[in-house]
Amino acid sequence: MKGHDEMINEMRKIEEKAFIWRQIRSSAMFVVVTLSTMLVIAPLVIMIGYVIVNGLGAIDADFFTGELGSPARAMAGKETGLGHTMIGTFVVDTLALIISAPIGVAAGILLSEYPAHRLNPLLRVMNDTLNGMPAIMKGLLAFALIVRPMGTFSGLSGSVALAIVMIPIAARSAESALSNVPWAIREAGLAIGLPRWRVIMSAVMPAAKNGLVTGFLLAFARAAGEAAPLMFTSFGSNYLPDHWMGFILSPVDTLPQRLYALAVSPYKEWHTMGWGAALVLMVFVAGLFILARILTNKKLQNA
Amino acid sequence: MVDELVAEDTLLQNLTKHETAPVKLETRDLSVSYGNNVGLSGVSMQIHDQRVTALIGPSGCGKSTFLRALNRMHELNRGVTVSGRVLLDGKDIYGRDVNPVLVRRRIGMVFQKPTPFPTMSVFDNVVAGLKLQGVKNKKFLSEICEKALRQAALFDEVKDRLNSPGGSLSGGQQQRLSIARALAIEPEVLLMDEPTSSLDPISSMKIEELIKGLSDEYAIVIVTHNLQQAARISDRTAFFYMGRLIEYDSTSDMLTRPSDIRTENYITGRFG
Amino acid sequence: MSDRDFIRAIPVRSGDKLFVRILELLAAVIILLTVGLAIITLHGGIEAFREFGLTGFIGGKIWDPGVSKQFGALPFLVGTAVTSLGALIIAFFPAVATAVFISEYAPEWLAKLVDNLVNLIAAVPSVVIGLWGIFVFVPWMREAVYQPVFNWAMEHYPSLLPLLGNPVGYGLTSATIILALMIIPFIVALTKDAIDQVPVEQREAAYALGATRWEVIRMAVLPYSKGGILAGSILGLGRALGETMAVAMLIGNKNTFPFSLFGPGATIPSVIISEFREAVSSMHLSSLMAIGLLLFVISMLVNMLAAWMGKKVRNERA
Repeated sequence: MKGHDEMINEMRKIEEKAFIWRQIRSSAMFVVVTLSTMLVIAPLVIMIGYVIVNGLGAIDADFFTGELGSPARAMAGKETGLGHTMIGTFVVDTLALIISAPIGVAAGILLSEYPAHRLNPLLRVMNDTLNGMPAIMKGLLAFALIVRPMGTFSGLSGSVALAIVMIPIAARSAESALSNVPWAIREAGLAIGLPRWRVIMSAVMPAAKNGLVTGFLLAFARAAGEAAPLMFTSFGSNYLPDHWMGFILSPVDTLPQRLYALAVSPYKEWHTMGWGAALVLMVFVAGLFILARILTNKKLQNA
Repeated sequence: MVDELVAEDTLLQNLTKHETAPVKLETRDLSVSYGNNVGLSGVSMQIHDQRVTALIGPSGCGKSTFLRALNRMHELNRGVTVSGRVLLDGKDIYGRDVNPVLVRRRIGMVFQKPTPFPTMSVFDNVVAGLKLQGVKNKKFLSEICEKALRQAALFDEVKDRLNSPGGSLSGGQQQRLSIARALAIEPEVLLMDEPTSSLDPISSMKIEELIKGLSDEYAIVIVTHNLQQAARISDRTAFFYMGRLIEYDSTSDMLTRPSDIRTENYITGRFG
Repeated sequence: MSDRDFIRAIPVRSGDKLFVRILELLAAVIILLTVGLAIITLHGGIEAFREFGLTGFIGGKIWDPGVSKQFGALPFLVGTAVTSLGALIIAFFPAVATAVFISEYAPEWLAKLVDNLVNLIAAVPSVVIGLWGIFVFVPWMREAVYQPVFNWAMEHYPSLLPLLGNPVGYGLTSATIILALMIIPFIVALTKDAIDQVPVEQREAAYALGATRWEVIRMAVLPYSKGGILAGSILGLGRALGETMAVAMLIGNKNTFPFSLFGPGATIPSVIISEFREAVSSMHLSSLMAIGLLLFVISMLVNMLAAWMGKKVRNERA
């Protein structure tokens, strides 16, 4: 018994000494963790602040209507803007959405509604691989597929590049949205004698509407911010194209790519415009995310 | 039928143990509420050293709530209020200058689900509490590890695999490992929250035996929904119902001659 | 009867076969695109590989489209490796700490806010980060860090100067730091998920032993979350490898060795961006494609590693 009591006493002595340090260490780690978090968040907050302040300062009446023109235009204080960029972005992005939607949804349907289909294992692996590829590679692909044969940079190739960015993301979220539809809906459709394709298109898809739209919004938000794939596909232009088809068939300006060009240019006036472009781009992307969030919450409310 | 619940020798033992044992833990008007719901109201009772005290009652009656209030575990959850006093050797563990970390060091706890730390070896699991307290001496740690494992009736089964991961043991062994881990830091009170409910009968039996062995050294409080278990191993039993302490007596007395009609209904199985 | 059996039992009606055909065709595009990507870069790069040899190209130290027309990929491989690994090293501790803050310390409203802010970092387009980097971050780093360190070294340790390089601001260090910021959200997300999955009993068991809050995190939470932390790190590494715009805007675009700490450098994506538009000679273009192939292979390997890790973590859970 004596040995036991000795051990206990020794233990207690060590404990008393250690306890104060343990408390200090616990509080210190709390401080360290909190400071680290602040260190992570701070650059974002600072960055957004700069974009808002400098961006607002750069936007004037001409910003949305004018053409960029040569650097001399801006340096001379003449009317200059990014109207052609806005239109170009709208055209390229919309076309990308149109191209990617059928493919993404089709893949989603195949993976979710036909789980035993023999194409699926390969499809899934390929989709995940494509998803993990850097966006610049997708630009290279669109370059080889569209730019080279066409002989010119074009809005179309830019759309294809962005579509390649969107498709894997859209396919994943489409599969997820569709598989979340309760089985009962499919049963009901089949029970009243609808063919399988009808069940999918008329019953399952509408039921997954919210999830599908949200998924596409998020994929779109990703693609809308990408510049790398556009650098050697839609390429960019300082002017409006001569003919409206030029937005698709000839080089066209888009916001992310233009932002890069303005930022690395040697002209101060263009740098200022760059902040404006950044603000517009951020508002655009943020708007898409907020829209997606609203839809998600609505879905949760209705569920 | 109630008489058959109590084995003969246990009956004799309980009759010969007058409550001469000192009071280790005492609660005064202990109440616990979760937001607006009252989990426990106004419980006052004394828990004696070197005795096994069983807490019984139907689901949701507050017995686990009471147990967790004894080592300040409720503070880990938001929105839980504890009022009243819990005196350990006469000093309120909820006192303003008392640190919960120190309280939990003196009042150990074993849970329903065995919870060895899966990334640690058996040895590291047992001495985990010791290392926290600052003990570094390897020889010392080995000695205490062996002692704790023997107390938990586990040493012979694992002595050759002290370095294998804690998760590689069977369920019953894992629970005994958890008990060894709790004992290694030499607590003064051991709280056990349904320690055998997730185990097979043979492992349960082994643990019941080791509890009986431990009761010479520690004050043990055990929550159980198994009346036979309470009869087998406990000296005193407390019956909880709807958040209140209804009856508290020596186990043999309560199970053979319950004073309250609700106690009797529960014991005879009229509700569960 | 499982869902699969049920599905097989559904009779095939008219229109069904056509429908599935259409789906197959559309979905096959994905397969074709991925395979096409490999083929395109291989086909495009074959000229360069033939000219310099496989090992010659990969190990080639000189990239000079202008004078000697020599193309070697090594500067970009080194640049990519240094910036990506460096970014992971810099980002690791802050990211894990932030995940711990969100899951363990912060009250619910604050946890949600911080989580959203961290996700916002991932949502900001790379070019916007690059813009801010050029006009705010780099000048600040130059004034506050590079120049003071450079001056100090000039006075006390001139032998360090070649290692430090020219403190212009644009360079490997600036790009690596910004890259670290950009991959933090990915590490945080997977770490936070892993931490949230630690069973409450593990935490309670640690507290019951008389552990302080930090000790519970150190002893019971973080070791249990090891898998998620690792998976998040590999995911972050994968993103860092492919990150193009912000890096291209901040790295200074120097294509030749030697690199220095503060001085300019280049990565595979950055050189493709900065040279592709103006590349005229077919050898130049082919070399850029060949570098693209290298990026394809590296990306695929890292993603496969991440997927394998993710599976391992999920299997351990079950």
